[in-house]
Amino acid sequence: MIERTPLLNLATHLILGFGLIVILAPIWLAFVAATLTLQEVNAAPVELWPGTHLWANLKEAWVLSDFGPKFVNSLIVAVGVVVGKITLACITAFSLVFFAYRGRALIFWMIFITLMLPLEVRIVPTYAVAANALSPFQALLDVTGMGWLINAVSGVQVSLQWNLLNSYTGLILPLVATATGTFLYRQFFLTIPDELVEAARMDGAGPLRFLWDVLIPLSKTNIAALATIMFVYAWNQYLWPLLVITDRATYGMVVVQLSDLVPDQMTTGGGTPTWHLAMAATLMVMVPPIAIVILMQRWFVRGLINTDK
Amino acid sequence: MAEISIRQVGKTYGKTTIMQGVDLEIHDGEFVVILGPSGCGKSTLLRLIAGLEEITAGEIAIAGEVVNNLEPRERGCAMVFQNYALYPHMTVSDNIGYALKVAGVPKAERMARIEATARSVGLVEFLDRKPGQLSGGQRQRVAMARAIIREPKVFLFDEPLSNLDAKLRVQMRHEIRRIHNAVGATSVFVTHDQNEGMTLADRLVIMNKGTIEQIGTPEEIYEHPASLYVAGFVGSPAMNILPGTVASSGLSVLLGDGQAVDIRSSFKARPGQLVQIGLRPEKLSITTKAHGLLAAKFQFFEELGSARIYHLEIEDIPVGVVSDLKLALTAGEEVGLAFPPSALHVFDGPSGRSLARAEAAGESRGTDASTTGLSMHGRLL
Repeated sequence: MIERTPLLNLATHLILGFGLIVILAPIWLAFVAATLTLQEVNAAPVELWPGTHLWANLKEAWVLSDFGPKFVNSLIVAVGVVVGKITLACITAFSLVFFAYRGRALIFWMIFITLMLPLEVRIVPTYAVAANALSPFQALLDVTGMGWLINAVSGVQVSLQWNLLNSYTGLILPLVATATGTFLYRQFFLTIPDELVEAARMDGAGPLRFLWDVLIPLSKTNIAALATIMFVYAWNQYLWPLLVITDRATYGMVVVQLSDLVPDQMTTGGGTPTWHLAMAATLMVMVPPIAIVILMQRWFVRGLINTDK
Repeated sequence: MAEISIRQVGKTYGKTTIMQGVDLEIHDGEFVVILGPSGCGKSTLLRLIAGLEEITAGEIAIAGEVVNNLEPRERGCAMVFQNYALYPHMTVSDNIGYALKVAGVPKAERMARIEATARSVGLVEFLDRKPGQLSGGQRQRVAMARAIIREPKVFLFDEPLSNLDAKLRVQMRHEIRRIHNAVGATSVFVTHDQNEGMTLADRLVIMNKGTIEQIGTPEEIYEHPASLYVAGFVGSPAMNILPGTVASSGLSVLLGDGQAVDIRSSFKARPGQLVQIGLRPEKLSITTKAHGLLAAKFQFFEELGSARIYHLEIEDIPVGVVSDLKLALTAGEEVGLAFPPSALHVFDGPSGRSLARAEAAGESRGTDASTTGLSMHGRLL
């Protein structure tokens, strides 16, 4: 529908512009703060125009936070989570949509319900499992009396132990299970016409072959969308890495590291707050997620335009 | 040799029976068309042959081997789907060659075969395109090329032409028949379009509510429909049906308005039996009321160019007549209808089954100028 309503257009554009300012202002302030010296950043009133110390601040913040290895860690975890989530979501949805078996709907709804239980809600049990990934099995042995039985028969005390704390596995695995991704994939797979599945069967392609040759190429844009969302999600993880990683020097992630730069009583010890460094570090930490969004956005658009049926 | 034997095949979903007791022998190299309205089970039968659905009763054998428990790929069938079912992300070439790729045919051989197949259906210049860039007819060709390249024993077509426009449909029909003749595989073609059925088939199978109503050559089906259902389904415009009762003499049928239709002793009719008389519009001719075998009221006509369809009524029952004569008639005018005795079909009223002809089959069938016919001609215009 085409309407000519100049006044309404103007009003909508004003609202749009206002929203843009609301969103951009903090980022602008962060950028300005990152370009000032310690004295300038703490002077009142707040400086609104950039200074000259951006490069120096970036360098200082980088060294201070040991960002080199931390960026690598964050990247490993984020990529690990993205790959894990996509793989898991894809094969789970594949099984749910294309195979008929008992309890299919039940399984789907159970996965769906976990949407309501994000990591933060179940962080204590998740931590307990991460501390010993085999503890559920140990509990099973204990409850059923199997452990006692094995002990009585063979004299071996069964004590299962698999510690995930302070490891990439521990960082990645609990973040991988994903209801969102499974749901997204399921909805996409449901749009695949039955005839296509049957054509592949007639062509002699087995289920995995069909998944690999047909479904995955067709779901490229889905993968791009999911990857973007999940990369940003994983990159921004704070609480979980904070808990599970005590060996910060080896496994620290940038976002956790960044929080250390934010001046408070503990970090400055009552000294002048170093906001310029915190903001400089923030700018650097922001770069990868933004880069991914910009990069992947082209995929979305192509996926939306090129809808060949 | 790929004859298909379908023996007492049935299909049930849970407690719903879709199909039962289907028996059908398809000879090697034959083109069989399964014809029926939607929901009659024709597609299901095709999918049972293909192996896309599990058979719940009876057995299907292809080339003498029972295939009930074989995967589709092991049955040697290729299928062309209604919506083409091309892989949208693959080029035409990849689409055609996918089955070979799955089968592990080396690339060089594969490309050669793709090229040859594409040439046979006129697709060579489109090999690098995606299905989305092709027209409906071209997509249909890709779907057919994809089936041909596997050199299957059996071709299965699931209403492949129903998404094409009328002109293209006729063209693709010829194409399919040409390919069938060239390849020589057994073909089973499912459609609800009687024109496709009549023109393509060596033999037609008419299905109704999950059972086979009649099997025969298109000519047999047209000339000697086994039931009212078949008679109404095949032929365009549809056969005229007039309900009546067999007279006490057993030699004529009394229609609702008291007119008598002479059926002679051609049919095994019981006096008092409720019957339906069938007359094909193409076999009727309009004459004066005095000369006709039946009296009817003219309503209007449709001009087809080559012929006209005259719409008449016999006691409120619409009757169509196809004739290439340009008659000047006014609405409501009383006319007579004439027809050769061989054009007369009589069906049992309640069951709809065709009444058996009393005399030797060969004589009255096909030849219009039988002895009774001659005397009739004297009464024509």
